[in-house]
Amino acid sequence: MLLDTLARLNEARRARQAAVVVTRFSGDEPEVVIEGDELSGSLGEEIAKVFRSGKAATVEIDGAPVFLNVHLPPPRIVAIGAVHITQALARIAPVIGYDLTIIDPRTAFATEERFEGVELIADWPEDVLKDRPFDAYTAVAAVTHDPKIDDFPLSEALKAGCFYVGALGSRKTHAKRVERLKEMGRTDDEICRIAAPIGLDIGAASPAEIALATLAEIVQAFRRRDLVTLR
Amino acid sequence: MTLGETMDPLLTAQNWKQAGRGVAIATVVETWGSAPRPAGSHLVIDGDGNFEGSVSGGCVEGAVITEALDVITSGAPKMLEFGVADETAWRVGLSCGGKIRVYVERLG
Repeated sequence: MLLDTLARLNEARRARQAAVVVTRFSGDEPEVVIEGDELSGSLGEEIAKVFRSGKAATVEIDGAPVFLNVHLPPPRIVAIGAVHITQALARIAPVIGYDLTIIDPRTAFATEERFEGVELIADWPEDVLKDRPFDAYTAVAAVTHDPKIDDFPLSEALKAGCFYVGALGSRKTHAKRVERLKEMGRTDDEICRIAAPIGLDIGAASPAEIALATLAEIVQAFRRRDLVTLR
Repeated sequence: MTLGETMDPLLTAQNWKQAGRGVAIATVVETWGSAPRPAGSHLVIDGDGNFEGSVSGGCVEGAVITEALDVITSGAPKMLEFGVADETAWRVGLSCGGKIRVYVERLG
């Protein structure tokens, strides 16, 4: 593979574009296909298939094996709340390879000092989401405990079909939240998708443990989702 | 680079090459049975044997690195196959009982 080819692939991956690398074992230069490029013929059909499945495959084209490696964008986590839990999440998420953005309008919480090296936006979710709407590759974790901040992004996450929507709070807190989300127009089916209490049940107690349980739940939601219905 | 990026084999390969190092990319192209890493997984190797990523759970990386050094020198790609570990000396294999095929090519 030529350096230019690899550079083109890496550029697409950094820009969160899905890409397929087509390798013919004949020694010909591999080809990079970016999602949205025009596809044709039987090879085009096979490429479309791996974009949908997200799984690499060796296929046969004109009697010769061709390897299709697919690179889907990594999941992006948007955390609502620059709190103790998200400080821990900011350290774990990069190791797993998930992008993280933290949104909190409370400038006392959202400080550079507490979140060095993390994408931190000290603004209301209502304003941030206008320019950067959620997509299906986004996981949303609302952890401020404050309905004024959490409710709107939770409602938007359900509307956008985010692959994971989690909300911090006891069952009692969540019951009240459910009522408010219904008033905002969300259906019972949508509301059922919210992970609450947030995180896999590993008995997490400290903020860092809750961050770990939440991230584990996000990974579970991503790996077990049905890609065909997502895309 | 973020922490996630330093652990990304394909970004590492690009950085190494741009720094003037010889680089090979190894890719799992097929698996049978219980293979530790799925098809599409990458291990990248430089001319000094430094590596990033994985093609198995650590079972066959040593052999892949040796072959990769050859590929970096010759420029000719190689298809490697690893199966169940056997008793024969000098052979490596997968103790999990799976079988994998790994394609090694030079980054030019």
